[in-house]
Amino acid sequence: MPHHTDPNTAEAGSLSRPPSKGDILFDTSFRWMTLAFTWATIFLLGYIVFKIGGQALPAISQYGFKFLTTTTWDVNAGQFGILPEIWGTLYSSFLALIFGGFFGVSIAIFVTQDFLPKSVELVLKNLIELLAAIPSVVYGLWGIYVLIPIARPVAEVLHSTFGWVPFFSTSLSGPGMFPAAIVLSIMILPTVAAISQDALRSVPLKTKEAAFGMGTTRWEAILRVMLPTASGGIFGALVLGFGRALGETMALAMLVGNSNQISLSVFAPANTLAALLALNFPEAGPHEAAVLMYAACVLLLITLLVNIAGAALISFMGPGGRK
Amino acid sequence: MSDMKKQDILPNLERQPFEPRALKSIVLSTITVICALIAIVPLFSVLVMLLYKGGKRLNLEVFYSLPPTAFDLGGGFGNAILGTLFMVGVGALISMPFGVLAAIFLAELGSHSTVAKVARFCAKTMTGLPSILAGVFAYAAVVLVMGSYSAWAGGIALSLLMIPVVMLTTEEAIKMVPNPMREAAFGMGCTQAQSMTKVILPVALPSIITGVVLAVARAAGETAPLLFTALFSDYWLRANEPTASLAVLIYNYSGMPFENQIELAWAASLVLVLLVFVLNMISRAIGRRTRIK
Repeated sequence: MPHHTDPNTAEAGSLSRPPSKGDILFDTSFRWMTLAFTWATIFLLGYIVFKIGGQALPAISQYGFKFLTTTTWDVNAGQFGILPEIWGTLYSSFLALIFGGFFGVSIAIFVTQDFLPKSVELVLKNLIELLAAIPSVVYGLWGIYVLIPIARPVAEVLHSTFGWVPFFSTSLSGPGMFPAAIVLSIMILPTVAAISQDALRSVPLKTKEAAFGMGTTRWEAILRVMLPTASGGIFGALVLGFGRALGETMALAMLVGNSNQISLSVFAPANTLAALLALNFPEAGPHEAAVLMYAACVLLLITLLVNIAGAALISFMGPGGRK
Repeated sequence: MSDMKKQDILPNLERQPFEPRALKSIVLSTITVICALIAIVPLFSVLVMLLYKGGKRLNLEVFYSLPPTAFDLGGGFGNAILGTLFMVGVGALISMPFGVLAAIFLAELGSHSTVAKVARFCAKTMTGLPSILAGVFAYAAVVLVMGSYSAWAGGIALSLLMIPVVMLTTEEAIKMVPNPMREAAFGMGCTQAQSMTKVILPVALPSIITGVVLAVARAAGETAPLLFTALFSDYWLRANEPTASLAVLIYNYSGMPFENQIELAWAASLVLVLLVFVLNMISRAIGRRTRIK
C-alpha cells in the first residue's frame, strides 16, 4: 500500500496500482464461488426431485400405476389409492381459478385502465398485495371460525332450491370444498392481479390511443383491444395462480374436510394431495411414509408441469402479449 | 338536400349517454367497482377478527409463558415466537450467501452462459414449488439423516423457500446498477471481485435487503414445511429437538375443543400477522427511500 514502495507502482501514494497477488487470488476464488453456487441451485432442484423420488421408489414399485386410479386409503389393509386426492386437488384449484381469476383480472383492469386517481390506484394495489402477506394458516383459522358459519346458511339455501344441480347436491355440514375453494381463491387473487397488471401495463399506449381514436367506449377498448393484446400475460397469470392453488396446503388441510371421496358437489367434504400429506405424514409409519412420498411425487410432477407451462407462457408470449 | 346527404354519410359524433354501448360501459364499470370492493372484504374481515379475537387475549403473559396443557387456563406461546425467530434466522443465514452469490453470477459474471440460464430457470421453478414439498424434502434429507425432528431441519426447509426469492431479487437489484459505475470501477483497474464487493453490491444493497426481508416475511408464515421438520414442542427452544413455531401452534390449536387454546390461536395469529406486516413495511420503506435512479 502507499507506505512502502512497490516496484510496480509508478509513484508511492498513487491511487492506481496493478492488482496484487492477493487481489488476483480473491478475484479468482470469488468468481469460482459464484459459479459454484449457481451450479448448487441446479443441483438443489435436482436433489429435491431425486430425494423425494428415491423415498417413493419402494411404494412406486409396489403399487405402480394402480395407485393413481384407485380410491381406497386403508393403512391396515395396506391398500392405497389417491384418485380422490388428485380429483380434489384439481377440482379445488379449478374452482379457485374461476373465482380468483375473475376477481383478479377485474382488479387488474380496474387498477390499470384509469378508473381511479393514481393515489387511490396505489392504495388499492397495496391492499391487494397485503392479502398475499397473510399466512395461509391464518386464513385457515379465519375460514373455520368466520367463513364456514357465514357459508353454511348460504349453502343451505342453494342446496334446497338448486339441489338437482350436481354442484349443489349435498348440504354443507361444516368443512368442505366450498369454503376451501373460497379461501384458495383469496390466496391466488394477488398473484393473478399482479401479473395481469404487468401484462395490461405493458400494452403500448399507442394501441389504446388508436382504439379510442376509432371512437370506442372505454369497455369496448378494454374488451376488444387491451385484453386480447395482453392475453398471453393474463393467461400465464392464470396458469401460475392455478399452480399456486395446487400446492397450497394449510388452508385446505384445515377447511376441506379430509374425506376420501369424489363428488361434483361443492358442499361435500373432499381432500387434496397437499392436505393428505400434511395430515398423515406426522403420524405415518415407515411404510405409509413411503406411500405418502409417492403422493408427494405426484404433486411435485403436477405442480412442476403447471409452473413450467405458466412461466413459459409469460416468457414466450411476453407480458404484453404476442411477440 | 345536401344537408340530408351529409347526415347519412357522417355518423352522429355527439356523445349519446344512453345509447346501448355507453350503457354497457357504465354497467361493466359498476361491476368492476363491486368486484374490487368484494376482493378487499376478506382482508378487512381477517384484520378485524384478528384485532377483536386476538387482541382480547393479547397480554404480556403470552410472550413469556409456555403453552398451557389441555384443561389449563392462561399460558402463552413465548417458545413458539422464539422458535419461529430461530428457524427463520437459520433460513436467512443459509439463503443469503447462497442466493446473493448465485445472483452475482446470474446478473454479472456469466449472465448469458448456459449455466446461468438453467440456474435461473431452476430458481423460477423453485419459487413455484409447493412449500409442503420443501418440508417433505427436508424430512428425507435432514430429519432421517439426523434421526430427529429439529429446529435445524425446520430452518433448512425454510431456506429452500427463501433461496429463489433472494436470488431473483438480488439479480434484479444488481442489473439495476447503472453501467457507468461498472465502467468507472474497471477504469480504476478493479478486478471483477473488487468492483462487485466495493462498488456494485453496496449500491444494490438496499434492494437486496428488500428481497431478503420479503423472503423472511414469507418464511415466517410458512406452516407446512415445519410440520415435517420441526414438529411442535411445549418447551423452550432446544435446537436439536422438536421445536415450536407460531404457525404450527395456530394450526394445532385451531382444531382443539378448548376455548383457551382457540383464543391463543387467534392471539398467535395476530402476533404472526403483525410480524409479517412489519417486515413488509420495512422492506417497502427501504425500497422506496433508496430506489436507484
